[in-house]
Amino acid sequence: MANIMDKINSEQCKAEVPEFNIGDTVQVHTKIIEGETERTQLFKGIVIARKGSGVQETFTVRKVAFGNGIERVFPIHSPRVAKIEVERKGKVRRAKLYYLRDKVGKAARVKERR
Amino acid sequence: MEKVLIVKKMGMSQIFDEKGKLTPVTVLQALPNTVIESKTVEKHGYSAIQLGAGERKAKNVSKAVCGHVRHAGLESNPPAKIKEFRLNADSELAPGAKIDVSTFTEGEFIDATGTMKGRGFQGVVKRYNFAGGRYSHGGGWKRKPGSIGQCEYPGRVNKGKKMPGQMGNVTRTIQNLQIVKVSLDDNLLCVKGAVPGPQGGTIYISAAKKK
Repeated sequence: MANIMDKINSEQCKAEVPEFNIGDTVQVHTKIIEGETERTQLFKGIVIARKGSGVQETFTVRKVAFGNGIERVFPIHSPRVAKIEVERKGKVRRAKLYYLRDKVGKAARVKERR
Repeated sequence: MEKVLIVKKMGMSQIFDEKGKLTPVTVLQALPNTVIESKTVEKHGYSAIQLGAGERKAKNVSKAVCGHVRHAGLESNPPAKIKEFRLNADSELAPGAKIDVSTFTEGEFIDATGTMKGRGFQGVVKRYNFAGGRYSHGGGWKRKPGSIGQCEYPGRVNKGKKMPGQMGNVTRTIQNLQIVKVSLDDNLLCVKGAVPGPQGGTIYISAAKKK
């Protein structure tokens, strides 16, 4: 029974998922379908959480735009997530960076890992 | 072919379509289904098809069932599950014929019947989503149902009043589940949404009645 489920799940997974961690600054390329045309939209921010496993894995990206915090949750294996680029690696001590929601300005930064 | 099948619930997963839309699915695996008997209007007064699935040792099955199955011409062990499905018209399938998932196509709607997970004797909060009382500020009736009626008139409790009792372990049918995927290699059906029962439970599916 588990074999069948593994097979169904692995069919839905992408063959290769770029390596990125919590605290990294990433640029997510998402495919947007508007009527008949398709274009790519970029979303840049800090990865504050990775949840789930297998097909169900998602990650949350947070950025501050015009003073408003914006968070988007992407399913890692979604065909609409075309590319994930790591721009900067972060040095963090937690798996979930929810504390960033309460920080403003300079305090909301993540140290770079070298 | 008749759109009926005995299947096993494998578990739930999710499927992305070509546009990237996510659909929650239940994976059902068809057991090898064999026609045991075709009932006709002429002979039995109604149309139905009797399917058998799985396998059981002959010593564990009553002789009546063994005999019934032998009449159908089945040489192997008697099936673990036997289910009769009512049909609109007489079936042309003869006893011994095999049915698999190829009778279903993607996009079709089905009804799924199974036995819910049993939850035992439960109170009204879990069973009927009653709100219950406050735990603090002088509450005093935490998970109780509260008043169950009025006074001298009507002088009795209304019929059908929701009260504590057995929850689950009853047969339930979920109607109009859409088939998202059919896999002939593994004899699998993926249907959108949930079906009753635990993983490994037996589910009886038929074409949707109301579509």
